[in-house]
Amino acid sequence: MRPTERISAAISEARDRTAIVAFITAGYPSREKFREHLTQIGNAADVVEIGVPFSDPMADGMTIQRSSREALAQGFTLRWLLGELAAMQRPKAPLVLMSYLNPLMAYGYAALAADAAKAGVCGFIVPDLPYDEGEEFRTALEAQGLGVIQMVTPVTRPERMAKLCAASQGFVYAVTMTGVTGKNASVPGEVTRYLETVSAAAKLPVCAGFGIRTREQVEQLKGHVAGVIVGSALVEVLESGKDPAEFLNSLRPR
Amino acid sequence: MSMEYSHDGAGDPAKLLADELAGKFPDARGRFGPFGGRYIPETLIAAFENLEAAVKQHLHAPDFQAELAAELKSWVGRPTALTHAPKLSKAWGAEVWLKREDLAHTGAHKINNALGQALLAKRLGVTRIVAETGAGQHGVATAAACARVGLPCTVYMGSVDMERQAPNVGRMKLLGATVVPVTTGDQTLRAAIDEAFRDWVSNPDDTFYIIGSAVGPHPFPYLVRELQAVIGKEARAQIQERTGKLPDAIIACVGGGSNAIGLFHPFIGDASVEIIGIEAGGTGNGLGQNAATLATGRPGVLHGAYSLLLQDKDGQIQETHSVSAGLDYPGVGPEHSLLLWAGRVRYEAATDDESLEALQECCRLEGILPAIESAHAFAGAKRWAQKNPGKRVLIGLSGRGDKDMPTLQRTILADTNKQP
Ligand SMILES: Cc1ncc(COP(=O)(O)O)c(C=O)c1O
Repeated sequence: MRPTERISAAISEARDRTAIVAFITAGYPSREKFREHLTQIGNAADVVEIGVPFSDPMADGMTIQRSSREALAQGFTLRWLLGELAAMQRPKAPLVLMSYLNPLMAYGYAALAADAAKAGVCGFIVPDLPYDEGEEFRTALEAQGLGVIQMVTPVTRPERMAKLCAASQGFVYAVTMTGVTGKNASVPGEVTRYLETVSAAAKLPVCAGFGIRTREQVEQLKGHVAGVIVGSALVEVLESGKDPAEFLNSLRPR
Repeated sequence: MSMEYSHDGAGDPAKLLADELAGKFPDARGRFGPFGGRYIPETLIAAFENLEAAVKQHLHAPDFQAELAAELKSWVGRPTALTHAPKLSKAWGAEVWLKREDLAHTGAHKINNALGQALLAKRLGVTRIVAETGAGQHGVATAAACARVGLPCTVYMGSVDMERQAPNVGRMKLLGATVVPVTTGDQTLRAAIDEAFRDWVSNPDDTFYIIGSAVGPHPFPYLVRELQAVIGKEARAQIQERTGKLPDAIIACVGGGSNAIGLFHPFIGDASVEIIGIEAGGTGNGLGQNAATLATGRPGVLHGAYSLLLQDKDGQIQETHSVSAGLDYPGVGPEHSLLLWAGRVRYEAATDDESLEALQECCRLEGILPAIESAHAFAGAKRWAQKNPGKRVLIGLSGRGDKDMPTLQRTILADTNKQP
């Protein structure tokens, strides 16, 4: 199975349980703790999205800005992360890296693809790399069986939606609202209708992200998407020192 | 890095320059050679498509140009003067001329861009404007332009800059803008741009982001250049009329690069004219001590464009330092990166101290208080003049220095203030 297919499979396996894609900031709150959290979360979630801290996270809200800054202050580097992942006993959930483009460019695409494959990374989410600018990066990843998970949003036009859904690898990331991460998304009829449009356009499983923090939301989205992405809410749980696995389990519809 | 060479001819300076002179940039992908492009979140794609279409439809349309020209004349006060500076000429040994953007309404070149974008926003039918500001000049200009065209306006400003440019904070408020302090990141211009983008990502349908320099995703660098090129067009005609010739050199300060590209662009084809951009040399050459992006940066992506950047080896953006808020920025507009690579423009740095000294000279000798940003161009011009005695230099005096009083009180005036 190609690494990107592992992502799709892990989400599809969840079936009517609604898959959970859990986001954590790499190197936060400390490098040691991150290792511990990754294991716990990797056993409770279906896919783990590891955020690569960047100095200028322009699509992120306060929570992820804070955790990114903290991790950078403690000396986080992408090289450290990939080395760490390659060396450790990785959880069963496939790993996806979320990163702004510049740290990836600075690493060099070919070297990054090779090192990411060795580290068990299956795919990338790059919020400031729209499909139109991404060919060179996608080509480099392709060589290792890795791919880019494309995002679609409520303001993505239908033609473009079809193109992005077809181009995406692993799953389609449906942003629930216009805005940065960390807010609280209400799930009105409008949102479920939009998500159904995405699901209709996509052959891959669709996961809804941005602002997911309660079981009620996950219940409302059930049946409309294959999975949900939980980011800022999980990072807040880690900030307060609570058990991340317990929190993730509490989100699953009973 | 492979990207630099992945575009046809990107490595060949002569071809880059020929294409720039032929008006081929930005190309269909929004690139100036290898630089530029549009690296934005998916949420903003439709907003940028709308903006690009509006620029194509309106920017050079006769009715838009007529409206803009009328406002530039009667509200901004253009054309701005070209002033001969006889005493600076005598002191430095070369013939010095000043293009007086400090005389434009609100006190800097920023108004040329803010007004043009506000008029465009109006045609796009948006109901709300956001902007970032460093020195506060772009914030004041945007607040004024929004009042003039009748749109509400929110300005993001780093808390460090709010303190050092305090007079401009009050002006923005008086002009009806909401000023939002940015306490995240480095609390200066770069963090303010991050925050303005976050606002726009949250409100992509009804909001227009009036960006303050020739930076950001395509078509901003192009749009800002076109709106600022009025500086160079006027200056080129004025100096020929006054002296019968082109200058030997033109010099401007470079933050994001808007006043510089505005002055430079109409002169790029004039092979006899030496073009020099002056960046913030801060307190020295060390990491984080300056904001000399073109002199020491490497290519990368920040704020939506591929250009030179001050970054560490891991691609994290570096903290910068400059006594001037408007130059205190780790990135630079993509067209400047192109002009550097094409070998058409030379970029140098002037330190905090050199710039403050040049500011004092301009005050005492010519009776003009330039902005600390503009004073960097004066410091560069002084250096050039001493090497080129008797030749003619035109300085882009991008803005006036009233806004800098808090910084000037702490620096130049600190000693005199101690006297009884
Ligand atoms: C007077 C003045 N000059 C220059 C600048 C630098 O900006 P740019 O490089 O875009 O001209 C500023 C920015 O705030 C400014 O206020």
